[in-house]
Amino acid sequence: MSHPDTREATATAQDEEPLVSLDNVEVHFEKEQGFFEFFEEPDVVRAVDGISLDIEENDVLALVGESGCGKSTLGKTSIGLQRPTGGSVRYRGQDIWEAKDGRGDVDIPFDEIRSSLQIIHQDPGSSLNPNQKIVEILSQPIKLTHPEVGLSERRERIFSLLERVGMNPASDFADRYPHQLSGGEKQRVALSRALLMNPDLILADEAISALDVSLRVEMMDLMLDLQEDFNTSFVFISHDLSNARYFAEHGDGRIGVMYLGELVEVGPAEDLIENPGHPYTNVLRWATPDLALDSAGASEPPMRKIDIPDPVNPPSGCRFHTRCPEAREACQAAAPALRGPEGGHKSACFRGDPDHEYWDSPVLED
Amino acid sequence: MAQNTTMDREYGDPSTATDPIIEMRNAKVTYDNGESYVLDDVSVSIERNEVVGVVGESGSGKSMLASAMLDAIPDPGRLSGEVLYHRPDGTTIDVLELSDEELRQFRWEEVAMVFQGAMSSFNPTMKIGGHFKETLKAHDAHVTEGLEFARELLSDLYLDPDRVLDSYPHELSGGMTQRALIALSLVLEPDVLVMDEPTAALDLLMQRSILMLLQELQEKYDLTMVFITHDLPLVAALADRMAVMYAFDLIEVAPRDQLIGDSGHPYTRALLNSTPNLDAPLEEMRAIEGQSPAPINVPSGCSYAPRCPLATEECRDVDPDFYDTGAGHSTACHRWEEARESITLNFEATDPTATGADSGGDR
Repeated sequence: MSHPDTREATATAQDEEPLVSLDNVEVHFEKEQGFFEFFEEPDVVRAVDGISLDIEENDVLALVGESGCGKSTLGKTSIGLQRPTGGSVRYRGQDIWEAKDGRGDVDIPFDEIRSSLQIIHQDPGSSLNPNQKIVEILSQPIKLTHPEVGLSERRERIFSLLERVGMNPASDFADRYPHQLSGGEKQRVALSRALLMNPDLILADEAISALDVSLRVEMMDLMLDLQEDFNTSFVFISHDLSNARYFAEHGDGRIGVMYLGELVEVGPAEDLIENPGHPYTNVLRWATPDLALDSAGASEPPMRKIDIPDPVNPPSGCRFHTRCPEAREACQAAAPALRGPEGGHKSACFRGDPDHEYWDSPVLED
Repeated sequence: MAQNTTMDREYGDPSTATDPIIEMRNAKVTYDNGESYVLDDVSVSIERNEVVGVVGESGSGKSMLASAMLDAIPDPGRLSGEVLYHRPDGTTIDVLELSDEELRQFRWEEVAMVFQGAMSSFNPTMKIGGHFKETLKAHDAHVTEGLEFARELLSDLYLDPDRVLDSYPHELSGGMTQRALIALSLVLEPDVLVMDEPTAALDLLMQRSILMLLQELQEKYDLTMVFITHDLPLVAALADRMAVMYAFDLIEVAPRDQLIGDSGHPYTRALLNSTPNLDAPLEEMRAIEGQSPAPINVPSGCSYAPRCPLATEECRDVDPDFYDTGAGHSTACHRWEEARESITLNFEATDPTATGADSGGDR
């Protein structure tokens, strides 16, 4: 990216830039080593491997995948909580980690980026300070962003927000401690706390998974309502395709499917579910409980192995080939790239290309 | 040991079991010297070799129901009522009358239980193989033969027996630990397996895979299974019969297809409609209004009445008994006929074109 010289040029550049842009992002973790392995090469877990993705203003992106596929790491990288080991993460054109380190021309200070990108964690119980009342917890972000606001106005703002997130009457809840709230109420407080920073993007990291099934729809509706009110984008992480679909489709957004650190399919929610382009998306569909009785029987899964391979030594070629029911020898040799229309439905599978050598190569046997 | 072979049906038992293996009658669990009920007069029969799915929200008393089957209510809770276990040889025992030693043998050898959170069920300082040996020794079983069977069970669960037996719990993934725990629960060849949220905290793909494996185990070893969960669509894939709990009591019991396609209780219908589903039209998905009651102030009359759109004076005054609402279908609701008519389900339970089970094959 070029660094424009004048303020005006910066403003226009910022308008055209996506809110958050990931370019070929890699996050590799080194496994802890024992004393005797001191001189050996450390094992590297490739949690995120070469992912490029744009998140726009008022956008919704739902990331789905199994435990250990790297969806949380990707989410945290996109809001600048996790430093990538390769590639770049930009907020409105400003490289987040250059801003953090003060390298190059910093157009947007890191503090501003930090408060614009917020997170809601999976377990609301451990993300709220048990020793503080709700009103104290929610005062912190206002004190940080608006130090001039007085006590009574602060309380007023907190009360109106609590009522907005459905905690009525607010005066009943404000003086309670987190342990006096139910799981759903705690998650509402966590959501309010994130919203008080007036963020551009909220990462909801399995934010509804700990809630009862009957409360999940309610919580998702609330987040979507607030998205309209506050003009916030959401990255919504879930292992449940039906929740991801609900959230992404209502928010008119996309679903991204991850497998072993790679984005294997991304596209508009409805289309991705109706016409999955990757066999792994089909596996996730199979795993999603369905109330239609014909498919309710525990049918055979459309995959060859149940367990996910070791991320330290991911399989060669297409990483899904060890479990894929459609795998052929070509899949072992080369990794398919993500292909499809720009900004549309893309998938990383040779089967999307009718002329690929895949179709002539022999089927893989176990 | 109490012998009981009478088969009377006067306990308000909603099921129509003909060959029950477990019969629970008027089971009540109280805390605080009877101040609060966490299981309120539940009667249910479990048929031999069937899979029963018990569904309820957090705090509906479903874990208490599971624990009551093994007389394993955590202190200081008190269990009263009757829990009868019919052995395959025809004799019957009353679980609540067993001595401590008899109860110790009964648990695991006849009825085994799998708790949620496999990580906390295993001792972190002992290898998985050690747990198998310890269990076999504690129940005076033959260790070598038992381990041989353990290997078979582990292979049935798509695990590598050598690797798993020689691993510490933290060396296995969550899904593998949970499957190893299921194998451990079956190593003494029990007839009944009671599972309390056995797939919670696992990702959906592993949950579904475990369900498929459970179905294979059930067929291979002729098991009777009680599967307790808050996730209705999940257990629907496995269950023959389903029971719905609300506010510490069962409110509806029916064969799986009946319960999903033609439930008579407004709560069950609301629960079905609140479930995110790949095929349901999005605009019709609804959350259930209001909150379920706490154990100390369960309303008189129907406990669901305060949240129910159909509630009348009768509902608020008289706690409904089970009505016979179809073949093997019992519903505790005064207004079940109206519920079926006026609360429409937002998904197609029977339309085969809506399932999409085979989609993705036509590329």
